[in-house]
Amino acid sequence: MVKIAINGLKIRFWRSMVTASGIILGIAFLAYVSTNLISSGAATADQRARMIWLVVMSLLVSTVGIVNSMLMSVTERFREIGTMKCLGAPDGFVVSLFVVEAVFVGSAASVGGWFLGYVGAVFQKACAIGFGPAFASVGATHSAELAGGCVLVGILITLIATIAPAERAAAMPAAAALRTEV
Amino acid sequence: MAATEYIVRTKDVMKEFKMGQEVLRALNGVSVDIKRGEYISIMGPSGSGKSTLFNAIGGLDKPDSGSVFINDVDMAQLDSNELAFLRCHTIGYIFQTFNLITVMTALENVRLPTIFAGMNSDEGTDRGIELLELVGLGHRLHHKPSELSGGQQQRVAIARALANNPSIILADEPTGNLDSKTGTEIIELLRRLNKESGVTVISATHDYKMLDVSDRIIWIRDGKIDKIENRADLDIQLGGMAGQEGH
Ligand SMILES: Nc1ncnc2c1ncn2[C@@H]1O[C@H](COP(=O)(O)OP(=O)(O)O)[C@@H](O)[C@H]1O
Ligand SMILES: [Mg+2]
Repeated sequence: MVKIAINGLKIRFWRSMVTASGIILGIAFLAYVSTNLISSGAATADQRARMIWLVVMSLLVSTVGIVNSMLMSVTERFREIGTMKCLGAPDGFVVSLFVVEAVFVGSAASVGGWFLGYVGAVFQKACAIGFGPAFASVGATHSAELAGGCVLVGILITLIATIAPAERAAAMPAAAALRTEV
Repeated sequence: MAATEYIVRTKDVMKEFKMGQEVLRALNGVSVDIKRGEYISIMGPSGSGKSTLFNAIGGLDKPDSGSVFINDVDMAQLDSNELAFLRCHTIGYIFQTFNLITVMTALENVRLPTIFAGMNSDEGTDRGIELLELVGLGHRLHHKPSELSGGQQQRVAIARALANNPSIILADEPTGNLDSKTGTEIIELLRRLNKESGVTVISATHDYKMLDVSDRIIWIRDGKIDKIENRADLDIQLGGMAGQEGH
């Protein structure tokens, strides 16, 4: 099954990239915003509140981006799901196929997204204070926990956004899944 | 006794589709008994309910009322895993649109059901090659569906349907997307498989080329069985007409 999933991803490489780009952008945004906020430091309670608000917003933006990409990538394969069910795939198999895919795409894209966000933050700083200090400054505030957090959030949202439509697709009558036109 | 004789039985199968306010009764009390090893054509104009019946027999959709028995097991009693098992081992499906997995090669498509049946990889590959050779595609193992003609794609689909040695092949307009000559070849292939391995073939169609090879023809109209004809009777009719022409 893992082989089928990887193979599917390889062959659908460009499509997977489009799906992944939604995740990459979402997580890049999250990483960028959270880095910036922490390095800018919070003086007053008012600023802290705004900080949290911005992180929540960036989380929301990345969630919408990821849910949208994964929803698309499941629904455009309804027919394939219906076909697999006709060939005797248990509902659980269909779901786990998508879960394996989501773990791969989600991890790769989240790491990529984090990297992009990190680099973005460095570049932004570099414009003001030059490259050397920018690296030091961002490096100091952008902890490993923060990086891990961004990646984890990406994988988690990807998984949730995949499992829901995949389960719905697997549970529907095969005839209905086959009927859908993309 | 009856347990071995009838492989598919339907009893008063009813299926409705709601379209806004209107209720469309696609199947209105269909009862048929199909014997093991028969070649059955379900004939009828477009929209008469053939595909709906195909879905009900194949367990792809649930009828609103009535029952479908496969090997005397009521399908309504099966949970989703048992249905998956039935689809995997007992029924092979063939569609008008072939429904091959586009990102997989011919061989990978044919192997897929063997994976669901828990067959190991080498065995599955051997089985896949054997079946593709059987349908005359031994030289196209590693081609993607997009690199095959319609007739070849349907052959792959037939090989795939046979992967786990089903006792029933269910086909929904298998020649619908093929030209006349290719359609004839597919019909002959199905007939040959039916004769050689005794697999029961149930095919929804409005292709009259199917009449020639069918043991029985179930004529369906507006969701009801219009009449059921035996091939033998049809022969007499045709023979009679030929005789009249001669005079
Ligand atoms: N999913 C559906 N939703 C609504 N109406 C449907 C659906 N499937 C079939 N029908 C209707 O049921 C009738 C029978 O359809 P179908 O079984 O596909 O006919 P056939 O296969 O003989 O052409 C048609 O009038 C069709 O419009
Ligand atoms: Mg039809």
